[in-house]
Order: sequence, then C-alpha cells, then structure tokens
Amino acid sequence: MATESQAARGEGAPSTGAIARPTGDSPWAGAGWFVVAAIVLLVVAPLLLSDFRLNLMAKFLCFAILAVGIAFAWGKGGMLVLGQGIFFGLGGYCVAMFLKLEEAGPGQLPDFMVWSGVEQLPLLWRPFQHAWFALPAAVLLPMGIAALLGALVFRQRVRGAYFAILTQALAAAFVIILVGQQQLTGGTNGLTNITAMFNLDLTNAGNQRGLYVIVACVLGGAFLLVRHLSRSRYGRLLVAVRDSEDRVRFLGYNPTTIKVIAFATSAGLAGLAGAFFVPVVGIISPTMLGIVPSIEMVIWVALGGRASLVGAVIGALVVNWAKTGLSEQFPSGWLYLEGALFIAVVAFAPKGIAGLAELWRKRAGRSEGAPGALPRSPLGRLAGFARARRGGPDRLEKEPTA
Amino acid sequence: MYHEPGYGRPGMAPLRRGPLALAVLVCALAVAGCGAQVKDGGGEGPASGTPGVTADSIKVGILHSLSGTMAISEVSVRDAELLAIEEINRSGGVLGKKIEPVVEDGASDWPTFAEKAQKLISSDNVAATFGGWTSASRKAMLPVFERNKSLLYYPVQYEGLEASPYIFYSGATTNQQIIPGLEYLKEQGKTRVFLLGSDYVFPRTANKEIKAWAKANGMEILGEEYTPLGNTEYSTTINKIKAAKPDAVFNTLNGDSNVAFFKQLKAAAVTPRQLPVLSVSVAEEEVRGIGAAQIAGHPVAWNYYQSTDEPKNAEFVKAYKGKYGADRVTDDPIEAGYVQVQLWAKAVNKAGTTNVEKVKQASKGLTYEAPEGKVTVDGENQHLYKTPRIGVVQPDGLIKEVSTADEPVKPDPYLKTYPWAKGL
Repeated sequence: MATESQAARGEGAPSTGAIARPTGDSPWAGAGWFVVAAIVLLVVAPLLLSDFRLNLMAKFLCFAILAVGIAFAWGKGGMLVLGQGIFFGLGGYCVAMFLKLEEAGPGQLPDFMVWSGVEQLPLLWRPFQHAWFALPAAVLLPMGIAALLGALVFRQRVRGAYFAILTQALAAAFVIILVGQQQLTGGTNGLTNITAMFNLDLTNAGNQRGLYVIVACVLGGAFLLVRHLSRSRYGRLLVAVRDSEDRVRFLGYNPTTIKVIAFATSAGLAGLAGAFFVPVVGIISPTMLGIVPSIEMVIWVALGGRASLVGAVIGALVVNWAKTGLSEQFPSGWLYLEGALFIAVVAFAPKGIAGLAELWRKRAGRSEGAPGALPRSPLGRLAGFARARRGGPDRLEKEPTA
Repeated sequence: MYHEPGYGRPGMAPLRRGPLALAVLVCALAVAGCGAQVKDGGGEGPASGTPGVTADSIKVGILHSLSGTMAISEVSVRDAELLAIEEINRSGGVLGKKIEPVVEDGASDWPTFAEKAQKLISSDNVAATFGGWTSASRKAMLPVFERNKSLLYYPVQYEGLEASPYIFYSGATTNQQIIPGLEYLKEQGKTRVFLLGSDYVFPRTANKEIKAWAKANGMEILGEEYTPLGNTEYSTTINKIKAAKPDAVFNTLNGDSNVAFFKQLKAAAVTPRQLPVLSVSVAEEEVRGIGAAQIAGHPVAWNYYQSTDEPKNAEFVKAYKGKYGADRVTDDPIEAGYVQVQLWAKAVNKAGTTNVEKVKQASKGLTYEAPEGKVTVDGENQHLYKTPRIGVVQPDGLIKEVSTADEPVKPDPYLKTYPWAKGL
C-alpha cells in the first residue's frame, strides 16, 4: 500500500470540498456508534432477551454476517450474488458433518447413514472427522469455490444479469445434489439433531448464551474487516470496477482479480455464517440453501441499503425479526405483510433503510446549517460510518501516476 | 452521490490501530456479556408443572406449513385439528377450561419448524403441540421437544424406526400400512414387484424394509427406482418398468410427482388391470390433485378413507364438510389430526393435569372410538393400534375399501416382532 503517497494526498486534498467533508472519512468515524452497537448486542440484549429470543438473535446475527458479505460483493462490487445459499450451505455442512461424526463417536456412523443402509464411512466424510480440517474448510472451501468460479466467469466478462442467473442456477444444482445423495448428505432432512460441540452441550442455555456472544463478536470482526477492505485502495478499485469496468481495465488493472477477491470474500463470510448457524440452530438442511432463500438473503441487503455495510446488518436483523414477529402474530397472512414491507421499501426508499437515514441526516444538516462541523443525526452517522468512500473514476485516474 | 469531494485521511497508522483497539474493547464487553449470562441463566423449563394452563384456558400449539410447498397438504390437517378443538370446547373443554390454539406457520422449512416449536414451548408455554407432516419436519422438531420435555403429536404415516418419548405418532408406522399393502399384493398373486419412490428418507427406508419382507415371503423385487422430489418426467421410468415386466408397482412417490406419473402411465396405455400401482402416499386429497380419471382402479393402503364404514365416521365427515365446505374431502392424515387432539384431551382429563409426564402416563392404553374405528395408544412406543385398510380409487375420486384387517394392529416401529426384519 502506498502509505506515503496516500497520506500526502490526504493532506493535500482539494480544498473545495473541505467544508462538506463527511467525518465518515476518518478511520475513527463512527467508532462511538460501533461501541454503542457492541454494548447493545453484548450487554443489553443478553440482559433483556429470554433464552429463546437470544438464540433467535444469534441466528439473525449469523445472517447479518452473510449480509455484510453480500453488501461487499453487490453494493461495492456490483456483483448481484443470487446464490449465496451455496456458500452458506457449504460452511454449514462442513461444520455439521464434523459435529455429527463427533457425536457418533470414533468408528461409528451418523444416525441418518444407518437408516440409509450405509455401512462404511464414505470417503467424502473422512476428513471431516478432524476439527482442524472441518472448521477452516467451512470458510476456505466456499472461498476456494467462489474464487475458481469467479476466475472462470469474470475472465469471460460475464457480468450483470448473466452472472446473477449463473449463481442462481448453481444454487438450484447444489440443492438437487444434496437431496439426491441422501446416504451422503441426509437428503431433504439435512443433518439434524446437532446437540454438542467439543463436548459442550449446545442445548444448555448458558452455552447458547456464550455462543451468542461469540457470534456477535465474529459479526463485529467481519464488519471491521469488510469496512477496512472497502476503505482501502482495493475498495476504491472495486467500486471503480463496479462503475466502469472497462475504464479500470484500460488503466492497467485486472478487473478479474479485483472481482474474484470480492466474490471470494463474500463467499467466505457466507461460509462463516453457515458455520455458526449450525451450532446455534442445531440443523442444516437444503431448504436453507436453494434459490428462494438465496434471493431472500439479497432482499435483506436491499432492504437495509446495499451501499452500506451497516444497512446490510440492519436489513438482515429487521427482515428476520419482522418475519418471526409477523408470522407469530399472523400465521396465515404474514407473507402478505412481508411482501408489503418489501414493496414499500422499493417504492419509497429504493436505497433502503440506510438511504433513508442518509436523507434524514442531510436534511438535519441543512436545517442547522452550521458550516464546517456538519451536524448529523445518529442514524445518519451510523450509515455514514460504513458508507463506502466513493472515489470517482477521476480520482482513480490520478492514482497510478501519484 | 458518487463523488464526494475532499476526501482524505490522516495517514494509515490510525486505521490499523483503530480496529485493534476496538477489538480489545469488544472482547472486554464480551466478558461483561458472559458475566450477564450467569445472572440470567436460571430460567425454568416448561416441562415442570402444568404447561399451558391459564386462568380460563389451556393453550396448545398447532404447527403446520401454512405457506410453501407443503401447505396444500398441511392446511387441511390444521383445519381438522381446529375442528376437534372446537368440538371439545363446545362440550365443556378440558379440565373445565377452553382449549386455546396457538397457530404457527412452519413454512415448509425445517429449521423454521424447529424455531416455531421452541417458540410455542418457551413463549406460549403450550401444554402440547400438534404438527408436522414430512419426516424432515419431524426430525427437525424432535430434538426441540426432547430437550424441553414437551409433547408433540404427529399425524402422518411415516417410515418407522423412531420412538421418541416426547412424540405421539398418530399416523401408521410400517407394519400398519406397508406390510399390509405387500400382503394384499401377494394375496392377489402379484409376486413380481417393481419399487418406485421419491428420493428421500421415507421411500428409501420403506423400500429397504420392503426388500427384506419380499425376501422372506417369496416376492421378487425386479427393480428399484428413485426420482427427485418434484420430478415430473416419467417416460423413461415407465419404459424401465415395462421392460422389467412386473406384476405390480409399489409406489412411494410423494407430492406432485404422482400427478405426472399416473398421467403418463395412463398415456402409455398401462391399465390398473394389467399393472396395479399400489400407493402409500396417495389419499383422497391427492386423488383430487391427480384427477380421479387418471388413477381410478389403482389400489392404495391406509387406515382410514372418507368412505370407511365406522359409526363415528359419518358424523366426522359431516362436521368437517359442514365447517369447511361440501367440496372438501377427508382422508387419513386429516382424520389422524382430528383423532390426536381428541386423544390428548382425553389423556389430560384422565390425568387431571397437563403435566407432561402424567399425560404420558394417562395415555398408556387409552382407547378412543375414532372415525377409523377403535384406536388404542401403545404405552411402550406411543404409536396407535390402527386397522390397516386397502382401498381402490373410484372414478368419483373416493376410495372404496377392498380389504380390511379384522382388528387394529399393534404398532411396531422397529419391526421387532418380524423375524425377516432382523438386521434392518
């Protein structure tokens, strides 16, 4: 990284916009909000929520990890990933296979294999006896597959709707394989009744609370990682590729590599989410991974605001709490209400919740009108904290020569 | 706004230190969160005491897929369960209180079934839950009910090899449906059989059992074919069946596939007289979907049909149609849904409490005069004694009984009493 030149440019930035410069540009911007969010998630939520609701929250935080990945690939990189269920599933199955084998004990077969008439542990399952293989594989396998797929597809300059359709077809194929290979994968049932991990009883409320805290911390880590990536030079290149891939290519960069890194990162985060989903929920099945759930995942991010990482997290939490809450209140009509929510967002807030927050922030700023220090509403700052710096193409043009 | 003027940041160093400092802080908070857990951890399990009882009602959960692919089947079971609750309430309720159903949607999604089951137990503190259809949904819910020591009543025939202490199985297990079906085929002189099923746990397990039975009973299995759930292209399969020249087909296809299979079978000019196809997942509700004309003449195996001639059945069919419309049909899982609510209510009244262990105790040997005839709860495995019935689909869409067992058969989910089933 060109630390020196960047620092120099930072100081010598054009003064024209200095007044309007959002504080979001500082790496510390929003740190206060991050701490507030951490306190809410780590202290307030465990105190207020019952064991059951906290477990639900842990599940939704897993989804939020995945949403951060989608916001990166789609919001920053312009790749509409409609098959994240594959990577979520790969991560989940990696961990679930390990846990099923751990539960069965050495030399024994998982329960569903016994029903399916399998007598010997299949070759595919062998490596998953070891935690050192299964746990890293939950993240690395999705990343590897995404990198391979991305390298093949992006090199051919497949993008836009074609890329989206391709990922979706893969999700469909993945589910068919899982269901078809029942003796290997548990078929439609999936892998169920996962109750222990490293000899810790996952049905124990205290252990589940501990797991919740870990998931919340992992989400925080994933968030900071992606935020850091987005704000780095690489992040600006990614946005540039999104806005004009050819222009970046003409400048001498290789858009394939740039896109592959973003796609693999989002796949890795989806795998990570799946890996935590399994001990939190205790089951992984193909119904979580197909086309429909994959589209739902993108909807979370769209609703939260795809250009914003915070938006993605909020979107995943809001949609899933709404889904749970609405279906509890209106078991036969909740789908209509959820549909109405989506339509309302598309119609009135095309940039999602984060977009609304930004609008609000700008309005507040205008009414107070203090030059220099731009007052910000809390939500707006929340959004600004994670909003990508969008260095336009003109800035990038200067970059190689700087 | 794509280009924000005047960006810039004061060097790289703070960027690196920033997240690190935050991470330290987060870890500190995590420790605080863990500490909080100890204070909050003493929640009381719903198993103790008398779940579901409020001042004037007793809450029960109803958990079926009201959306998604399974909704078409499960909605009518929910309707039957609500009908039973209404009837019980009209005649005085349970323990002098009204039953209050809490309906949840499993959304054809197995983890959702687990989530909603947990919600019914922890948030609503229900006395019992009636729900599920697919084996997958039952497998997802089983650990939840076992962990919370709460009761689930499951209304659909299934593949056996399970007997959870916290589940009551109101549908048939293998020896009450599949084996009678095989015996019927043998009586008819059909000893060369082809197995066709959807590719999931029920058909695969069922066929494993069928092959063991066939071996011991001089039946020849000519082929075994699985198609993905939702498959609709059967010409290749039908050609394979034709080439194998079986006397009969044993069909464990599920859902939409039946529509395509029977249509294409008819189009291939295979009549039920030449090649009867015995189905175990096609009831009156499914016949409506397939079209009576396509499947008329083929045999099915269940424990109950709308036409079943038992004292209580006419009353039940009338009540169901009266509440939900004359065009609705009743069938085996619908009846089982109705019966299981009645059985639970009887057990609670007998026990005098909703306490789970006492209700289980009171359920042992409990009998009920159901629309399908007398059913008895087996105290050992919590399945029901049920009467196997073979029927033939009629052109009007109803099913006519052609062979009925003399008495209810003892449930044997693990097929322990059958010597041929050793080693399954």
